Amino acid sequence: MAEGDAELADLYRDVLLDYYRSRAHKGKLEPHDVRGHGVSPICGDEIEITATRQGDRLDKLRFDGHGCVISQASSAMMAEAVEGKSVPEVLKLVEAFGDFMVRRGPMDQMPAELEETKALEGVRKFPARVKCAMLSWNVLRLGLQQGAAEYQELGDREGT
Amino acid sequence: MGFDPKAIRKDFPILNRKIRGKALVYLDNAATSQKPSSVIDLEKSFYETNNANIHRGVHLLSQESTEMMDLSREKVAKFIGAASAHEIVFTRNATEALNLVAHSWGRKFLKEGDEIVLTEMEHHSNLVPWQLAAKAKGATLKFIPVTPEGTIELEAARGLIGPKTKLVAFTAMSNALGTINPVPELLAMAKKHGATTLVDASQWTPHLKTDVAAWDCDFLVFSSHKMLGPTGIGVLWGKRKLLESMDPFMGGGDMIQEVWLDRSTWNEVPYKFEAGTPNIAGAIAFGAAVDYLNKLGMEAVRRHELELTEAALRVVEAEGQIALYGPRDPQHRGGVISFNVADIHPHDVGQVFDSEGIAIRAGHHCCQPLMRKLKIGGTARASFYVYNTLEDVSAFGRGLRKVKDFFKVPAEAKHG
Repeated sequence: MAEGDAELADLYRDVLLDYYRSRAHKGKLEPHDVRGHGVSPICGDEIEITATRQGDRLDKLRFDGHGCVISQASSAMMAEAVEGKSVPEVLKLVEAFGDFMVRRGPMDQMPAELEETKALEGVRKFPARVKCAMLSWNVLRLGLQQGAAEYQELGDREGT
Repeated sequence: MGFDPKAIRKDFPILNRKIRGKALVYLDNAATSQKPSSVIDLEKSFYETNNANIHRGVHLLSQESTEMMDLSREKVAKFIGAASAHEIVFTRNATEALNLVAHSWGRKFLKEGDEIVLTEMEHHSNLVPWQLAAKAKGATLKFIPVTPEGTIELEAARGLIGPKTKLVAFTAMSNALGTINPVPELLAMAKKHGATTLVDASQWTPHLKTDVAAWDCDFLVFSSHKMLGPTGIGVLWGKRKLLESMDPFMGGGDMIQEVWLDRSTWNEVPYKFEAGTPNIAGAIAFGAAVDYLNKLGMEAVRRHELELTEAALRVVEAEGQIALYGPRDPQHRGGVISFNVADIHPHDVGQVFDSEGIAIRAGHHCCQPLMRKLKIGGTARASFYVYNTLEDVSAFGRGLRKVKDFFKVPAEAKHG
């Protein structure tokens, strides 16, 4: 395989493309208990996350908006990972995902819930794309901490 | 002697680079151009043999540096048809040149109730400085609308430009879409009402013959790095009387005539606007870039880019499922192809092109209001220059097909 194709295949792994095409968690929940809205002006990406709660747990989560393969796949993986988890557990997962993606932590220490997100490993080699993977996670974190939140990606910051 | 891109390519060392195992196909020229050996060599030899600070030095090196920079200023003046090298102000880039005008002209001459007319397709650099100036002076911004095809609505412009219009500032060629604007028509409308005029020629001057005397505008800005020259050097051209009537931009060395503890008097133009040690090496090497373009001839440059643009438009047409932005008539566009592939995000498009060693740009191209108007988040953009060939256009087509294959764009998919 040519060098460029190998890097491309490593970035856009099949599992990631499957999540990108999946409609399972797309849409908007009405009514909802949690809402987060985020934009990344650099990319022109926009995402709205709505979720319902059952007791202290997130029940259902949906995301709406538009973005690249990385941001859409990452959002779908996140939805799958956090449904059914308590708010403190979700915040821990967001933190752990940031450790993996931004701080390039070791993969073997990732919580089991984030197993699928390991397919985003190739993104770490493309610094310009890390913020794409982080967008929905940052939006959800703020949404949970503040009930309803507006998140704006600034400049080239890679988020948390 | 004919225009021979194969021979031209030999003058650009970077074109020998392999990107991800493939030969570089550089199609990001609207962002910045590559540099020929003559430019790189002159900048290097300046530092190796002539380097000193300009002006006031009595030693030989300072005299040489000063003369070399003066010579470059004259070359630039001649290249754009300016009456005198005194009308060429060297800045860091076109953005700084625009800020200079917004500050030194705008803060002095704009009054409350004045109107500044821009277009909806301006680069942020010809928008944000005017937002700041308008806010500071109580002036109002008006915008000539852009059609869905990405051209100026001339009739609307006629209605917007009137007796209250103090300034009409617009791009000669859109960096995001490649649209060539009706410069003489817009200037005529502005002059009819006595408005001052500014042309952002950042995308024009590298690709088409510039003649400020024929246009008879008041200000024109562009930058060296998009026209084979170094980064860090840009140009503000202005009519001499107008430049002389303006206040300084930044204070410091070189821009003054006499300094007392409580006051100063200003140097003559252009030095009044060139505080501090300028990018001497960059300005000098910029002269070599101008020489290079003169050798090719700007008419030949335009003809070559027209050929590439027509070929690229045919590729887009044949490919299908590509949303193309900007005018369809190549006579009305520069060598810029702005597009989206089905519903694939421009960054994903750019990433696939990169895997083939093809450099294109993806995003909002510093034109967020224009993207909003066209109801898109961004576009992918391929842009040509003198060293690009029809083989590069074929590579562009190969990139498009790879994007569709890689992301399995279904044949019946509609583009947005």
